[in-house]
Parts: sequence; C-alpha cells; structure tokens
Amino acid sequence: MNWTWFYRMGSPLWFYQSTSRWLPLLSLVTLVLLVAGLAWGLGFAPEDAKQGNSFRIIYLHVPASFLALAGYFLMATAGAIGLIWKMKLSYIVMKCAAPIGAALTFLALFTGAVWGKPTWGSYWVWDARITSMLILLFLYFGVLALQYAFHNQEAGNKASAVLALVGTVNIPIIYKSVDWWFTLHQPSTIKLTSAPSMHPDMFQPLLVMILAFYFFYALALILAVRVEILKRESKTTWVRELVEQASRQKIGAK
Amino acid sequence: MPESNRGFSAYFRRDLLLAYRRRGEVASPIIFFVMVATLIPLGITPEADSLKELAPGTIWVMALLATLLSAEGLFVSDYKDGSLEQLLISPNMLVMPIFGKVTAHWITTGLPLTLASPLIGLMLSLPSVAYLPMMAGLALGTGCLSFLAAIGAALTVSLQKGSLLLTLIVMPLYMPIIIFGSAVMQYSIDGMAWSGPLAILGAMLAVAIALCPLAIAAVLRLITIN
Amino acid sequence: MVNSSLLTVNDLRFERDDIPVINGACLTLNVGEILQIEGPNGSGKTTLLRILTTALQPSGGEILYRGQILSECRFDYLSNILFLGHQSALKLTLTAEENLSWTTSELPGSVSIMEALEQVGLRGYSDVPCHKLSEGQQRRVALARLLVTNAEVWFLDEPFSALDKQGVQFVEQCMERHIKGGGAVMLTTHQPIGMEPVRRYSLVGSSVGGGF
Repeated sequence: MNWTWFYRMGSPLWFYQSTSRWLPLLSLVTLVLLVAGLAWGLGFAPEDAKQGNSFRIIYLHVPASFLALAGYFLMATAGAIGLIWKMKLSYIVMKCAAPIGAALTFLALFTGAVWGKPTWGSYWVWDARITSMLILLFLYFGVLALQYAFHNQEAGNKASAVLALVGTVNIPIIYKSVDWWFTLHQPSTIKLTSAPSMHPDMFQPLLVMILAFYFFYALALILAVRVEILKRESKTTWVRELVEQASRQKIGAK
Repeated sequence: MPESNRGFSAYFRRDLLLAYRRRGEVASPIIFFVMVATLIPLGITPEADSLKELAPGTIWVMALLATLLSAEGLFVSDYKDGSLEQLLISPNMLVMPIFGKVTAHWITTGLPLTLASPLIGLMLSLPSVAYLPMMAGLALGTGCLSFLAAIGAALTVSLQKGSLLLTLIVMPLYMPIIIFGSAVMQYSIDGMAWSGPLAILGAMLAVAIALCPLAIAAVLRLITIN
Repeated sequence: MVNSSLLTVNDLRFERDDIPVINGACLTLNVGEILQIEGPNGSGKTTLLRILTTALQPSGGEILYRGQILSECRFDYLSNILFLGHQSALKLTLTAEENLSWTTSELPGSVSIMEALEQVGLRGYSDVPCHKLSEGQQRRVALARLLVTNAEVWFLDEPFSALDKQGVQFVEQCMERHIKGGGAVMLTTHQPIGMEPVRRYSLVGSSVGGGF
C-alpha cells in the first residue's frame, strides 16, 4: 500500500496550502448555519410549556457540551498519532485543540448555570452531567498547563499527548462513577438527567445548531493550526515568500 | 523472568531503604493526615452527629492530598542524581523497577495512612461498623492513588516546579476512587452491604497495576532526557 | 579492521525542537581504543553519548554494534555498556557500599565491591553515608563502578571533573587496563589526557567527517 499521502498530510506546508483553498467556503457555511440555527432556535421555535423562553439556551448549551467532549477525543487522537508516527502537524493540532475545547467546556458550564437559575433557582447544582463537565474542564486544564510548563516544545508535546491519552482512558470511568455517585445522593427535587422527549419543532433547530458548532469547531481549529504553523515555520522560505507576497499586495493596494 | 524480578526487588528494596534512612520525611504525610483531622472539628463543629456525616469524605480527601504530597519525590531525586538515566539505559525491562518503586511508595504512604485511619475515625466520631470497610477501602484505594500519582510524577519529573502541576493533572483522575472509597464507608454506616463499591475499588487497582507501569515507562523514556 | 569495530555510527543526526544539534556524525569505535569526543560547550558531546547509550532517540542515521543494527541487539548491547554521567547517580543517604551494590550486580571476573572501594582510596569508608563524604570522594565512589563492571564499552562524560591528580591517574589506569583487556572507551573531557593512544573526534561541524 502506498503511504505517501499519509506522510504528505503530515507536512505543515501541505496543510496550509490545502486549507487556504477551502477556508472561504468553510467560513461561509459556518456563518450561514450559525445564523440560521440561532434565528430559528431563538426566534421561531415554539416556547417550552414549562420553562418558557429560558429553555432556548439549550441551542448553545447542548452543542457546546457535544463539542467539548468530542474535542477532547480529537485532541487525544491527534496526540496519539503524534506519538506513534512522530508527526509534527498532529502535535500542532493537539496543542490548538486544547484551548478551544476548554473554552467550549466553559461555555457549556456557563450556559448550564445561566439556564439553571430560572429552572431550579440556583446557578449551580451538583448534577451528574454538570459535575462530569467540570471534571472535563479540569482535564483540559491539566493538558494545557503541562503543555506550557516545558521549555522544550517536543517534551511538552509528548507529555501532554500522554496525559490526554490517560484522560481518555479515564473519561468513561469518571463519567460512569459520577453517574453512579449521583444516583446515590440524588435529592428528589432535582431531576435533570432524563431529558423529556422534544417536540420536532424544537428539535430541528437544535440539530442545525449542533451541525453549525461542528463546522465552527473545524473552522476555529484550522485557523488556530494555521497561525501555529506560521509561527513555527517562520524561518522557512515558504513562509518568508508568503509574507513578502502579502506586503507587496498591501503596497499595491495603496 | 529472573532478570525482571531482580529489577523489581532491587528498586523496591532500595526505595524502602532510602525511605527508612529518611524516616522523618515518611512520617510527614501521616502527621498531615492527623493534623487536618484536627482542623475539621475546629472549623466546622465538634458535634458527633455532624462529624459522623463528614467523616467518609474528609478521610478520603485527606488520604488523596497526603498521597499527592509525597508523590513528587517518586522520580525527582532519581532524576536529579542521574540514577533515573542509569535505569533508562539498563538492559532490563523498565516496567518492573517502576512497579517496585510505586509499590515501595505505597508501603511508605498508603499503608501507614491505612493503619493510622482508625485514629482519624475516632477523632471524627466514626461509627464502629465503618472501621473495617474504611481500612479495606483505603488499602485498595491508596494503591490506585499511588499508581496514578506516579504517572503525574513521571510527567513532571524534569520540571523545576512540578509539585503543583502534578496535583493539577492527577486530581481529576482521582474522582472515581474518592467516589467509591467514600461510598464503601457510607454504605457500611447506612447498614448496607459494602462489598460492591469495594470490589470496584479492587477492580480499579487491578487495572492500575496492569496499565500504569506501562504508561509510566513510556513517559520516562519519552521525556526524561532531552 | 571490520571485525574489531565495536561501534559504527553513520550519518547520525539529532534535532531539538527543529534545531539540529548533531548533524551527520560518522565515527567508529574499535576494540582497544580510546576515543575522545571534542567540541566547545553546546556542541552536543553529552547528547552524542546519550544517543549512543540509547537514553535519547536519534532523529536519523544508524548505529551498529558489532555490525548489527542497535535496535536488533538492544539487550545484548545494553548489557555490555557502562555510562558515567555528569551526575554520579549516587544516593547520598546510602553508604558507598550500598550505592555500588544496587547499580552493579556482583559479576564473576570483576573485583568485589570492598576491593574496589579500597582501590579508589576509600578503605574504611564503605559504611559511611555518602553525604558525609567530600565531593571528590563521592566522585570516587561513582568511579569505583569502573572496577566492578565487566562492560565492554565505556561511555564517560567528563570523568575527570572534581578529581585530584591521583584521581585522574586512577581513571587513566582503569581505562588503560580496560582497553588492554579488549574493551573500548568513549569519553568527553576538556582536559588533555596524559596517555596514549587516544583518537580524537571533533563535533564542531561534524559533517566534515571522522577523526582518522
């Protein structure tokens, strides 16, 4: 089997050039989906019978939670690929995925708290899912802190890749045990875990928002990776040519 | 496997001997354990009924912190004096010496904590039915804590100020252990069968013994020497 | 010539964060030979020794031990090398004897630990914790490993630092005995070595090639 495509994918130059082509289209799709999903969900979806308008925050909360967890697995996978095939690009992806994932986890927690106030009268409840989210945020913090603690970039990459993998092994155990802990201590008044079946009119905009968040995540990650590539390859000829070309265009425009 | 057995016992015995020569340092986690137990009644309430409620969680949180406090030294001194590098270039498998070192760490922290726990139980008015489950849970749980802390210690070994970072990266991994550990005690206080959560702790220890030395070996090979 | 070559290094490269540290080093180490690695600070002397002792992974190139690729004879190779680094790998709370007994297993054909300590001038110090010894004495405990080993290839990183004249002489005697017995030594040092024959290999602009 021919593996050259695989190694070509590991080249930062290849990544930069091929994403340049797709970037405008990707940005457009993301923007359209986000605007459409938000308008539909916030403006046109019917009001919830019990929660009124406050339920609409799920259009941010649910997609953010989805991507927060998916982002962790993506980060760990990128780290594993880096460890196994010693691929530079994959470490860059891992490094860039960490802050984005942490931000999404924080967004999920924040929207959850905002949602919780009108619904249960408290910003914070020790619900199983919220607690798991908080632990996920801690896992992200660990990877980020470890990454930046090393002076030697390679060592930082390898260390945080291993930590992300250890976290991946632990996430199912953590989620299961937090779930179990919650059923042990569950006070009778709070019930969040059983989601009521949603009306299709409410559910369809949610699907659009989830899709929009996937696109948004991809866009944010690609942009971050491109910046990181330019930073790391700043001494190579192709980046210098790129910079020269850009400055020439600027002068020409004037 | 005589070669790998020698790796285990050589490092196991050496680390125990080192701990024995620095008996004062080995005692600090235990003293820490007892001191924090004194703070709880002072800070919250001396009332026996409330203390009883708090005891399982308190004991486990303290055990966790005490393990973390001592975990930094697992590999750092070996790293600084060059013996870790000698270990890395020895022909034998890396896993067995690591297993030996972590086991020695458990014997010098987890085991004394387990043995000292009845004293804390007394101070926190723990009902007498909970003593045996507490000790059984601590014996298994602190084993898991040692193995997980060792991963953190290996990841931060070459850093100047690794101890705080070590705490930060290992703490989230401790959540399942603290949940099931205190559940063992809670079950016994409530008069329920506590073998279930204890069995889960045992299972987690088995997984930790199988996987953690491999992870630690990989980490040490990857990032110790740069 | 081919048969007597213990270690052959071809086009060895090492990068740290994309910055080349060792750029195509080629060298051989033969039986009965002392090879001195030269170069200014930061030229990668220690890095080279760490790669050759497998503590570091090279970015490229190949290392052959007795004509075999290193990864294929790893156990055999590592059983036959000895590395003494900047750090002495001593546990200060342990005694000199304890320190030697866990790093080296008593081997047939090598000197006993007590004899070794006597030879490095530490007679009667065997049960003294190492933190009570002076820095030079601690260094001697570490060097006593040279006597209790039967490794074939020695890698010595700055073996003469913190040693007095006698100590330096002792190390040189050890090396001489070792190469006469069919071993080989690779060392880094800034001091001139008062013995023959020493072959030199310079790491500055190492792409220039071997040191013959």
